[in-house]
Amino acid sequence: MSEELKVPTMAEMMAEGKQPEILFWVGSAGSYDDRAKKITKAFVKILNKANVDFAVLGTEESNTGDLAKRAGNEFLFQMQAMMNIEVLNAYEVKRIVTCDPHSYNCIKNEYPSLGGNYDIVHHTQFIKELMSSGRLTVEGNTYKGKRITFHDPCYLGRANSEYDAPRDVLRKTNANLVEMKRHKGTALCCGAGGAQMFKEPEKGDMDVNILRTQDALDTQPDIIATGCPYCNTMMSDGVKFKEKESEISVLDIAELIANS
Amino acid sequence: MEYIPNILFAIILVLGIGYFARNIKKLIRNIKLGREVDASDNKRERWSNMARIALGQSKMVKRPIAGFLHVIVYIGFVIINIEVLEIIIDGIFGTHRVGLKLLSPPVYGFLIDCFEILAVLVLISVIVFWLRRNVIKLKRFLSSEMKGWPKSDGNIILYFEVVLMCLFLLMNAADTSFQDMNYGNIITQFIAPWFEGMSESTLHTIERTAWWLHIIGILIFLNYLYFSKHLHILLAFPNTYYGSVQPKGKFDNLEAVTNEVKLMMDPNADPFAAAPEGAEDDFPAKFGASDVMDLDQIQLLNAYTCTECGRCTSACPANLTGKKLSPRKIMMDTRDRLEEVGKNIDANNGEFKDDGKQLLGDYITNEELWACTTCNACVEECPVSINPLSIILDMRRYLVMEQSAAPMELNNMMTNIENNGAPWPYNQMDRLNWADEK
Repeated sequence: MSEELKVPTMAEMMAEGKQPEILFWVGSAGSYDDRAKKITKAFVKILNKANVDFAVLGTEESNTGDLAKRAGNEFLFQMQAMMNIEVLNAYEVKRIVTCDPHSYNCIKNEYPSLGGNYDIVHHTQFIKELMSSGRLTVEGNTYKGKRITFHDPCYLGRANSEYDAPRDVLRKTNANLVEMKRHKGTALCCGAGGAQMFKEPEKGDMDVNILRTQDALDTQPDIIATGCPYCNTMMSDGVKFKEKESEISVLDIAELIANS
Repeated sequence: MEYIPNILFAIILVLGIGYFARNIKKLIRNIKLGREVDASDNKRERWSNMARIALGQSKMVKRPIAGFLHVIVYIGFVIINIEVLEIIIDGIFGTHRVGLKLLSPPVYGFLIDCFEILAVLVLISVIVFWLRRNVIKLKRFLSSEMKGWPKSDGNIILYFEVVLMCLFLLMNAADTSFQDMNYGNIITQFIAPWFEGMSESTLHTIERTAWWLHIIGILIFLNYLYFSKHLHILLAFPNTYYGSVQPKGKFDNLEAVTNEVKLMMDPNADPFAAAPEGAEDDFPAKFGASDVMDLDQIQLLNAYTCTECGRCTSACPANLTGKKLSPRKIMMDTRDRLEEVGKNIDANNGEFKDDGKQLLGDYITNEELWACTTCNACVEECPVSINPLSIILDMRRYLVMEQSAAPMELNNMMTNIENNGAPWPYNQMDRLNWADEK
């Protein structure tokens, strides 16, 4: 990133007596993973460009606990959730945006019964909102005519029935949107969900991300678009495995829009 | 003496329905072994789900060929069963085609025309189903869990349907007065000539035999349901009603854990305080599920409803890449174990006697459970709202919270979250470093 990113924290905002329009929940991958950090920064670039009044929790943010929950550790999940809810409620957070469908699902569906009620949106939904309200426009023709295929993240698509926002945003780039045979409700998982990202797969004859990458390659894309940091890693690895990384890039929708 | 057939019929009917009712009672008792679950919410949406998914077959047609054929068999089954009503009345009162006493021949004929056409369509569909299972050998019917009884079960049901449809047509074709009426024999008018030259009494015997075998066949089929995967024809309705009305990504938060965690995080809590009155009873015996009694009643209903079609397994990313996990097997194992527990209770005068077995380990292995990506593809696929994922998660919970038996890498990941709020061993204070990195 050439230009300076403006990333205010909730603590700074509070010190100035300000309440931002929206909280950007960065998530663990977005904070620490080298590939995911690029997505985070691309999204901040969009927020800055659209003059969105936002803030992050910074060092006060902790893992949502989603991973622990899906691994079966309900104790750890609820401890993480309650800690985060305490912080979020103390800052009187109303609206949240995140680039991670797992955080999105967890905060949207599993935090409310523990006392955390927020209006949370996925970044593709928020970008769509910025576009339709005219706060964000796609100027260049970077992707005009390029073949882009979108891989639905399980926790955005099947889990929360959001299939349109990412596609609506991608259409704005004038790209040629092509669908994989398995898409939307029947989309195949990238293989990272349910805490699989953090362990070796069980014995089988193939890794899930290779099968999913093959689905994507069958559409002969120039770009594989993702909406989840874990999917991005899995698909990038898949493309490398197929030795196609010089021809096909794997980019998050935030990156695609930030670069357009 | 002239009432002997009526009495015989009534006895067969009572026995047939009575034995079925007995088994249904057993089925309900077995389901009630599970944890109670509150599904009194969203009544409207639940009824609408049942109407759409079970009655309207909305998810069946997602796979057009199987869906279309299934709709034919389903409509055929429901409509032709109107005929059974007439058979029962005729059987009890010794009448013949009582419908003709209530309806004019053209109207009655129209109904029977419909039944006959449907019977032929059902026959064709059932033959295609058989071919899919035995000749074309679709992959989802060949998985390892489909060997032995599940495979025969699938075929037996198809044979039953072929025999019942043939008997129905034969019964109409050999009924001379019905054929003479020339209404309602749209199909059987072409079968009737096969019997030309036979004496009146031979034809009558053929007609009566077909009639009796048809109704006895239906009663046997009804009683076969309990022992077969075919229970879905009844249970699909309650199952779609009780199916989740929440977003698929929402997993339940264990209340017992919430209480514990709240106590842990409350700075004013007295760790040495005696538990409040009755609190001991609220505390669950264990976290998660290792056996069928730890699952909830909807999950157990799910297990009885599963008709082993395997759409779930054919969409499962783990199964597609050769892992042992098959969501269908999770449901079949749950039912098999539940039946085993039920039989144990029957054999021990209503008390379950520990048999040293459980669902976890004896039926479902850790390897299967850890292969799940929780992607919800199986839940999305199921045409009758079964949720194999919820069982997988409950069993993972047992493995992690009761046995600390997660794979080592996952334990490391969870330790990291506990220590520094991230799945990797990075410092919490570095969480915002990305903002300054170029």
